[in-house]
Amino acid sequence: MFASYGLIVHLLVIIAIYGILSLSLNLVLGVTGLFSIAHAAFYGVGAYTSALLTMRGIPWVVAMPAGMVLAGIVAYIIGIPTVRLVGDYLAVVTLGLGEIARAVFRNWISVTRGPMGLPGIPSASIFGFTFGTAEQYLVLAAICLLVVYVICQRLLSSPFGRVLKAIREDQRATLALGKNVDRFKMWSFVIGAAMAGLAGSLFAHYIGFIDPSSFVMWLTFFLFLIIVLGGLGNNLGTVLATVVFVAAREGLRFVGLPDWINPAALQQFVFGMLLVVMTLFKPEGLIPARKVTYRRYRQRVEG
Amino acid sequence: MGIAAQLLVNGLIAGGTYALAAIGYSMVYGALKFINFAHGSIAMVGAYIAFVLFSLGGIPIIPAFLLSMALTALLGVLVERLAYRPLRASPKLASLTTSVAVSFALDASVMMLLGAEIRSFRLPMQRTFQIGPVYLTLVQTVIIACSFAFMFGLYFLLTFTKLGKSIRAIADDLLLAEISGINGNLVIAAVFAIGSALAAAAGVLIGMETNLQPTMGFMITVKAFAAVVLGGLGNVYGAILGGFIIGIVENLGAWYISPVWKDSIAYVILILVLFVRPAGLLGKPEDATVV
Repeated sequence: MFASYGLIVHLLVIIAIYGILSLSLNLVLGVTGLFSIAHAAFYGVGAYTSALLTMRGIPWVVAMPAGMVLAGIVAYIIGIPTVRLVGDYLAVVTLGLGEIARAVFRNWISVTRGPMGLPGIPSASIFGFTFGTAEQYLVLAAICLLVVYVICQRLLSSPFGRVLKAIREDQRATLALGKNVDRFKMWSFVIGAAMAGLAGSLFAHYIGFIDPSSFVMWLTFFLFLIIVLGGLGNNLGTVLATVVFVAAREGLRFVGLPDWINPAALQQFVFGMLLVVMTLFKPEGLIPARKVTYRRYRQRVEG
Repeated sequence: MGIAAQLLVNGLIAGGTYALAAIGYSMVYGALKFINFAHGSIAMVGAYIAFVLFSLGGIPIIPAFLLSMALTALLGVLVERLAYRPLRASPKLASLTTSVAVSFALDASVMMLLGAEIRSFRLPMQRTFQIGPVYLTLVQTVIIACSFAFMFGLYFLLTFTKLGKSIRAIADDLLLAEISGINGNLVIAAVFAIGSALAAAAGVLIGMETNLQPTMGFMITVKAFAAVVLGGLGNVYGAILGGFIIGIVENLGAWYISPVWKDSIAYVILILVLFVRPAGLLGKPEDATVV
């Protein structure tokens, strides 16, 4: 049987990291409706910052938040010209910024070592305790996922989250209600980026090696698929879809395929077709996010 | 001076292919108001169709080129019919997501059928012309000639034919156009056919000038995308202008700054332009931002 114990632990760690990443994109895209393609770049900023700092002897407890903050700052700077753009324009600009970020990872060789990547990233440690084994790392990643999940859930039901949802549904109406739409969008963008930075740090210190190819745009599209399937704006659905997808992606590697089929291509083909079928027949995702409807609102008010 | 002229011409060549790809983007955006992410992949499929016909099927290059444009037009219409039309009334995000997925599936299909390795048209040895200080190969001359010919063709189609008028009407307001008796579905199918045929032309020309690989679609998407937004979404002539600007700036930047930043330069220009003029160079300002 190929599903050994070690493999399952590894899968769970990857699921936890991708879970954080999907939740963060869900906040930006699913909840606020900002079509940002630069997400893989924030993941990369978190990973590189955290890795480079720890390699210079700074403890992980400092390096990880630094990665989050820097990812947030980058998002803020990017956000200044972009948050006021709507839908498609935002998509193009963030697409471009994602590519610029990757060009920086690849070409700033004196710092990032370019395409050669950064090997020998130390394991994460907190106050002398090192998360050396995969099991210990799983605990750390799971705790981080839980924290991010709780924060995302709280955000959804908070007044702040309600404004974000309102922006997704109708930006003009939200503006007419006196909300500073751009500022709310900016915060959603920055918080999402910081969470992606956290995922990046977890990834870097788990694998111990990063290079620019870990942060390609396909990753954003893969996350995209996850949150569409999980039901846009639904945190629980997002996490469940992450489990299904990461498991399916890794699982496809073990299916016996004829030689002429390229497994990576098959995987991409299956995901592509799945996404088309999903959007056509079940656009609300596997677990639709609950919408506030007039009827439900009346039921609540009238008891 | 000689180098600057050569770079300018190289930029014109690259820009011509970007502009051809960008036209389809812009036309689809005009008609349906969504960005068709799969457009670059459709161009890639077009390039591969010509490759299969020419290199494997032994058909001469010009018929192979034209046949590939026709078959790709069919593919574009098919994609619209199966994947986009059912979603026309859904939120825009649904169409965007689907087009990303279509692009996944197209890239993967070509990768499975023909392999992921780099291919080449293996055209016979090329003569080089010298015009003043500028050197040009035969393929490059063809690229410039083709891109200008197709663009003028498109201009006449849009300006002087009934179909062109219908396309412009639909871009203006689909509902109003349909009320006036225009068959919306038919015209949208025509838009996809024209856009995909031009994308195939861009793909084949890029394939002849450089080489073919299944991931080239993404590069075309990104460049055409930038061109369209730079020129102003939905404005076909803006897209052409954007394509040429990006081609030229890229080539100048690669020489005078550094070739490793070639792809980033286009985006920096794009972002700067959007910062000053969110609707792009020729776009209507109210489209880009709310308020």
